[in-house]
Amino acid sequence: MSSAITTGFTPQAKARPPRAPGENYLNVAFGVKSWLLTTDHKRIAILYLVTLTILFFIGGAAATVIRLNLMTPNGELVPADTYNKLFTAHGIIMVWFFLVPVVPTVLGNFLVPMMIGARDLAFPKINLLSWYVFTIGAIITLWALLAGGVDTGWTFYTPFSSKYARTNVIPTMLGIFISGFSSIMTGLNFIATMHTMRAPGLTWWRMPLFLWAHYAVSVIQVLATPVLAMALILVGVERVWGVGIFDPELGGDPVLFQHLFWFYSHPVVYIMLLPSMGITSEVITCFARKPIFGYVFIVWSSIGIAVLGFLVWAHHMFVAGQSVYSALIFSALSYLVAVPSAIKVFNWTATLYKSSIAFETPMLFAMGFVALFTMGGLTGLFLACLGVDLHVHDTYFVIAHFHFIMVGGAVMGYMAGLHFWWPKMTGRMYSDFLSKLAALIIFVGFILTFLPQFVLGYLGMPRRYHVYPPEFQVLNVMSSAGASILAVGYVLPLFYMLWSLYAGKPSGPNPWNATGLEWQTPSPPPPHNFDETPIVTTGPYEYSMEESALVH
Amino acid sequence: MFAEVPLFPEQASTTAQRVDALFFFLCTVCGTMAVLIAALVLYFAFKYHRRAEDERTPRILGNNRLEWFWTITPLFVFLIMFLWGASVYTSVALPPPDAMEIFVVGKQWMWKIQHPSGQREINELHIPVDQPIKLTLTSEDVIHNFSVPAFRTKIDVIPGRYVQIWFQPTKVGNYHLFCSQYCGTSHSNMVGTVIVMEREEYREWLASQAATGSLADQGRQLFLKFQCITCHSADAAARAPVLEGLYGRTVPLKDGRTVVADDAYLRESILYPEAKVVQGWEPIMPTFKGQVEEEDLIKLLAFIKSLKPGQTPVRNEEASPPLDAPKVPPGGNPKPRESVPTYRPQGKSTQP
Amino acid sequence: MSTNHAVLAHHFENLEQQRETATFGMWIFLATEVLIFGAIFTCYAIYRLRYPLDFEAASARLNILIGSINTIVLLSSSLTMALSVHATRVGRQQMLLTCLLLTILLGGTFLGFKVVEYYEDYKEKLVPVLAFDPDEWTKVEGVEAPIQPQHVQLMLVFYYIMTGLHAAHMIVGMGLLIWLVIEARRGWLTPVRYMPVEIVGLYWHFVDIVWIFLLPLLYLTGTHHPTDLHF
Repeated sequence: MSSAITTGFTPQAKARPPRAPGENYLNVAFGVKSWLLTTDHKRIAILYLVTLTILFFIGGAAATVIRLNLMTPNGELVPADTYNKLFTAHGIIMVWFFLVPVVPTVLGNFLVPMMIGARDLAFPKINLLSWYVFTIGAIITLWALLAGGVDTGWTFYTPFSSKYARTNVIPTMLGIFISGFSSIMTGLNFIATMHTMRAPGLTWWRMPLFLWAHYAVSVIQVLATPVLAMALILVGVERVWGVGIFDPELGGDPVLFQHLFWFYSHPVVYIMLLPSMGITSEVITCFARKPIFGYVFIVWSSIGIAVLGFLVWAHHMFVAGQSVYSALIFSALSYLVAVPSAIKVFNWTATLYKSSIAFETPMLFAMGFVALFTMGGLTGLFLACLGVDLHVHDTYFVIAHFHFIMVGGAVMGYMAGLHFWWPKMTGRMYSDFLSKLAALIIFVGFILTFLPQFVLGYLGMPRRYHVYPPEFQVLNVMSSAGASILAVGYVLPLFYMLWSLYAGKPSGPNPWNATGLEWQTPSPPPPHNFDETPIVTTGPYEYSMEESALVH
Repeated sequence: MFAEVPLFPEQASTTAQRVDALFFFLCTVCGTMAVLIAALVLYFAFKYHRRAEDERTPRILGNNRLEWFWTITPLFVFLIMFLWGASVYTSVALPPPDAMEIFVVGKQWMWKIQHPSGQREINELHIPVDQPIKLTLTSEDVIHNFSVPAFRTKIDVIPGRYVQIWFQPTKVGNYHLFCSQYCGTSHSNMVGTVIVMEREEYREWLASQAATGSLADQGRQLFLKFQCITCHSADAAARAPVLEGLYGRTVPLKDGRTVVADDAYLRESILYPEAKVVQGWEPIMPTFKGQVEEEDLIKLLAFIKSLKPGQTPVRNEEASPPLDAPKVPPGGNPKPRESVPTYRPQGKSTQP
Repeated sequence: MSTNHAVLAHHFENLEQQRETATFGMWIFLATEVLIFGAIFTCYAIYRLRYPLDFEAASARLNILIGSINTIVLLSSSLTMALSVHATRVGRQQMLLTCLLLTILLGGTFLGFKVVEYYEDYKEKLVPVLAFDPDEWTKVEGVEAPIQPQHVQLMLVFYYIMTGLHAAHMIVGMGLLIWLVIEARRGWLTPVRYMPVEIVGLYWHFVDIVWIFLLPLLYLTGTHHPTDLHF
């Protein structure tokens, strides 16, 4: 930059605007307009929180009906078409309108600027735009799902989706297509923010792991989402004009769609999971009161997951008639991507060594995350194994595996994060007893719901079955019973969280005695996050107060 | 009631034994890992739970040796899993040469099965025990998946192409056949039964089934019906390659490439004759797309595969060539004799 | 925003940081764009390899003359765009305005030619579904093996999706340029606040580069004869 450019402007840090005592991002302005036109990352996070919570319960309602229907082998509750539409709706809402955005847009939006000591994200208007884009996409898709529905499954496999389905395929895809841009905007914003807006002294290797996880996620969001967009455009074109892109009758290849789809949708699993891994690192260190074990390895494992995650998509197609060589390569790569996940689990465990563990609610959720994610990861090894995948592909084994990863992993992590930073976001404490009870109920309910499904899967029960052979009924009833417990576990936080807004006792700036910049400002934070630009002098997680001989 | 609840699927094929062995290996390794991690976490949770509010902890930042240990060890374990899994997978990919071939066509929402000896069945597959069975599958509409849990094997059935799968049943009994790839409204009704029988019983069953000749015989009739014989005759008047002993051979193509005459090639050549033209011949063959159904294709394939030297049917001189067949045979090919029957005009009004 | 059009947004420490962030954001956005075009290029490549003759035959029928002219037009617009960035940095307002308007003119010319080309394609019966004659393709001269009309159709579909997506990007770019002209007329694009021009420039060059890939992929795949150069 030449000096002429900055003429007349002071290159020094500018002063933060003064703040009235007690003023925070919640009470600085009131009214609908102050929310809908806000560019404050914290308020946008709250907008996302409300939107996504609604969507979560809609997706959950679909799951409830599915599980109820599966209590009898003949599917007496709903007809086949309705059932197909329900599991499609459940998948689409939960994947694209809950799991993918939830941690980055709620906790990431709120915390990324605070953790790096910035006033806001790099592009606040784009951040707000992303919420509008997301909401518009969600409304279109919800409308399509409710007014007629879609019966393709969330995977939209061609040629079923492009030629045979007679349902609202295009409006649904349009909504997903639109909301994809919101995902890209969020990722773009985070990458730019982390590159250019870190507080003085906050070097890359001093960044909390939550930020590293979001960095890796953002890269995936930016690079994978456009491929899905293209895949959806092609299905749309094929569906409207029937020109043969995926139609074997006209020279197209239906399996090509699967390649495009999984090139996005495999990395997307890591979009859901990585942020929850970041949360776990934050929560475990705080409640174990100890620095993270092997910081550098955890960082590199996040990056490794983001990179390798792009190279394993065809493991969803081991039985889709691909060549044996291709299957071998993708199986080997799938095993490689399991290594960084293993590293993380070992490091979290090692962090507990000689620690001082307080079993507060976030810690319970985080430990639940580690347990369920480990199970999910280990069963992933079965699916990466070509010989076993031959049998369990497209069965309930797969369903159980990815629910362990996405619900047991991603959602547990999200719950841990939400409970951890709730006092920061609202300035209030929720009920200690009820929240611990919820953690317990969710854990037990989850295991009961999905453990029987592994058995069902190995027995061979295919996924997306409206009716099934009667000998599978007992296991299905067990699973449905677990689901009802799980449902209670998810509804409970809704009540005590809302109750805490009225009656929760004030939390103070740092109720957990956590390190991290976000805890060094009042709760709820002031509109510009910090009264003074913080200066960082140490790495993250300096929980240990005495030097030890074990320092390497 | 619980006595009837199966917790493990029946093991009814040689593949099943191999897959289960691998599965138990994975269960053991992963189970050990899970127990180990759980035990450590629980032990730490118990031992190091916070006893006093001002408790202090040592500042342990990591241990590189330990990190590399738990990076490389899983890598080796995973390598074993990968190799074992790959060996099972590749063994299923290659059918043994003595396998009995059965054809399967999937469509929304049923399985249509054709036995080599001509018997047809729907949603039921009768096979003899201890006999390697090779299935050649295709779909008429969307992607289906042919899955038999008791055999621990499955494959996506994709429209527009043939896929293969093989297994050797080891146990007499009835087993579930599922469509495992979501295919529309009645996906969960696209189920059937695989009936594994003693060889003798199977022979009796075959005999009891009405069949108008073997699959190859039926193909032979179609070969005559569709007038393939007019050009693909074995005599000097042939205007198309002789098909005797073609299957499995390497065929030189007009554009210099070569192709192995497998199922996919034969299928393509019937539906899209111009795609791969044999060296020394002109692309005069009309397409049979839309005229030949998937099941008929299978019969024609069975016939062509069965065709040994000298077995081409004698041309029926009264028969007329297929619609759109050229009036004038192109140069370079053996000249037609005058006795070739009169051709129809290229009009669209009549079908042969 | 406040007076002076808020040269420094509230959340940045200084201008340097603001500039860096804006450019960096644009580069990330371009990475997204690379992947969206990358996806369709890959699909095209797969079918091109599977049906080489059909794709060549279809390509030979595309309007190489308009394609070539448009290439020159678009490359020129990249030059005027680059000059706009330069003019802003050195504070030459008149030159900036001229160059921006020239870029808009050239971009408009490109789109105009594209419309003409689509119309020509329509008259030539090169539009699947709308105007397409399968029979004419089975008798293409000069090509060894006969052509499958449905594979030609596949090539043409990709041609429309790819050029259509590119044209959509051009239209967005034109909108951004018009916004820049308005800003420039108000005198808001100065050596201090030149970032808008620079990031729109990055975008514009990217769209240009995409075309540089589209030209050989779509137009130069088949053999054109001098007699093909027609309107």
